[in-house]
Amino acid sequence: MTLLNIKGLAIDVDRDGQTRRLVHDASFEVDRGETLAIVGESGSGKSLSALATMGLLAEGLSVSGGEILFDGRDIVQMDAQEVNDLRGNEIAMVFQEPMTSLNPVRSIEAQLTEGMRLKMGLNRRAAMARALELLNEVGISDPEERLRQYPHQLSGGMRQRVMIAIALSCEPKLILADEPTTALDVTIQAQILALTAKLCRDHDVGLVLITHNLGIVARYAQNVAVMYGGRVVEKASARDLYSGAKHPYTRGLLDSVPRLDLPRDTPLSPIPGAPPDPTEEISGCRFHPRCAKATEVCVTDIPQMRPAERHEVACWHPNLTAKTKTGAVA
Amino acid sequence: MTGNSQPLLQVENLHVNFDIRSGLLQRVSGKIRAVSGVSFEIEKGKAFGLVGESGCGKSTVARAVLNLVAPSSGTVRFDGQDTAQLDNRDTAAFRRKVQAVFQDPYSSLNPRMKAGQIIGEPIRVHNLLPPGEVAAEVARLLDICGLPARFATLYPHEMSGGQRQRIGIARALAMGPELIVCDEAVSALDVSIQAQIINLLEELQRELGLTYLFIGHDLSVVRHLCDDVAVMYLGRIVESAPSDALFSGPSHPYTQALIDAVPNPDPDAEANRIIEPLAGEVPSPANPPSGCVFHPRCPIATERCHSEIPLLEPVATEHSAACWNVRTAQKRFAGQSNQTVLQGAEK
Repeated sequence: MTLLNIKGLAIDVDRDGQTRRLVHDASFEVDRGETLAIVGESGSGKSLSALATMGLLAEGLSVSGGEILFDGRDIVQMDAQEVNDLRGNEIAMVFQEPMTSLNPVRSIEAQLTEGMRLKMGLNRRAAMARALELLNEVGISDPEERLRQYPHQLSGGMRQRVMIAIALSCEPKLILADEPTTALDVTIQAQILALTAKLCRDHDVGLVLITHNLGIVARYAQNVAVMYGGRVVEKASARDLYSGAKHPYTRGLLDSVPRLDLPRDTPLSPIPGAPPDPTEEISGCRFHPRCAKATEVCVTDIPQMRPAERHEVACWHPNLTAKTKTGAVA
Repeated sequence: MTGNSQPLLQVENLHVNFDIRSGLLQRVSGKIRAVSGVSFEIEKGKAFGLVGESGCGKSTVARAVLNLVAPSSGTVRFDGQDTAQLDNRDTAAFRRKVQAVFQDPYSSLNPRMKAGQIIGEPIRVHNLLPPGEVAAEVARLLDICGLPARFATLYPHEMSGGQRQRIGIARALAMGPELIVCDEAVSALDVSIQAQIINLLEELQRELGLTYLFIGHDLSVVRHLCDDVAVMYLGRIVESAPSDALFSGPSHPYTQALIDAVPNPDPDAEANRIIEPLAGEVPSPANPPSGCVFHPRCPIATERCHSEIPLLEPVATEHSAACWNVRTAQKRFAGQSNQTVLQGAEK
């Protein structure tokens, strides 16, 4: 059974008595020991999908369709208590900004042992012992000293290590990491991502890595889902995606980033326009106003996800024998 | 614009210290050496990049160049003139010729002003045009920056991040500047928008002959935009070279670690890369390590690195690095299997 299987997820927002859809018909799956990257720009719905999985949608937001099957059980149908039992225990989350997601007035010990005491029923001593082990495992020196400290006494990289220790504390099956290193310096980013990937492998944890950085995806993920304007537009293994993106948006993203592995004067081909406001109503394919290949059908009909050359792609005009800049054939 | 002419910007042995004040009386109890002995030059029409991680002093250098913070010692010369010695009239001229574009266009644009006022204000303040001609100039600047004239009537909150950054650039251009200091100017933008703004900056440089000092932490962006790049660590330049040379033959272990830390969008190549992330974190500039400031994190540090500060020495034409073990570093980097990264770059 797939560890996490999201099918046809729809998320709505209610504002001023109006209902608008923010995430449309999103599906993806991730298994234990595997890393799925969800890639997209602001407003693509990538974070909302993760928050829905955690049962953490903010007020006014709700899941209005689809299933979130975790180990075969639908999180959408669970009551608050059941979701609470899963959260932290079987599914953990690492957020972007550890300074705002750690409680500034509680010690590291309190925050790191809380989950273990509540969810695993450990007593203080056992929880402390495991907390020390965890801090060692995430590479924090002087763990005894650190446990007594407060978040402001740690650097950004340290705080993110603590977040990872908290996420791992109850031995979850799945970790959702939402832009876990975006706020960190590149050398620290490399440390944290290498650590996360190693720990997930060692503990056979499924990892959903939400990011906008295509390089990170290439280095750490096996599978990728690309989101645009609240829809999943392309899914493939990382290898297939980079060697032959089928969706014009994916292609556009790949051609937008300057790369160290290509000659310096390689021109960038940006996608014109800007990502849409998530609540904006756009007929047909949500990418059509920015798409060079758009035709009549793209304006009127919504393309569904369809298999194409080992990818799944939601496009009326996918690039079927696409070549990359480096010349590899799909 | 030949190599013999005077560089537009000359920064010489720049030091910037900030006092640490503490206690009830706010006595000076220490010093943060934000910038220690930074020197570089930018020729007219060139783009110069300063890269480094947070706290390395790159933004302080930018502020010193903009004359927003006074050097503790050393000089900043613009067009041959020491910017610390400018009188009022020269200062006004300097402010026209040197403009800045900042990272977050949302906090650097006044939310209560329409784009037209934001762009027109410097023109009015400096009396560059008769009041009747300002509107037409604003429309022209918007057009140069890829926005229709109707944007003059919009407020910043009515625009997307990319559009706001275009307004920020138009405002900088309003003064007809020679040097634009871009401090993380594209860092806050979405991937697809970032490329638009990078292309716009390049186009403007070509058409208007602008000179850029580009501050950034994203190596691939800096490499793409800049002719020359200097890498900073804890207030010092540790390596400096033309872009291609720096990225194909990095000679300082820190530069090498930075390049290693950047994943490329190519899963096959990434799978074959052997990466040892740099251990540890950037030390506090209030209490920098002895000797080479990088030695506590350096994989090849030797005895000497603990005690003696290495100076920036030439390792090739126009290429210098501040490291006691440059040869070891070069050999080590060349030996790593992540040479795949560079093959593309040398094509």
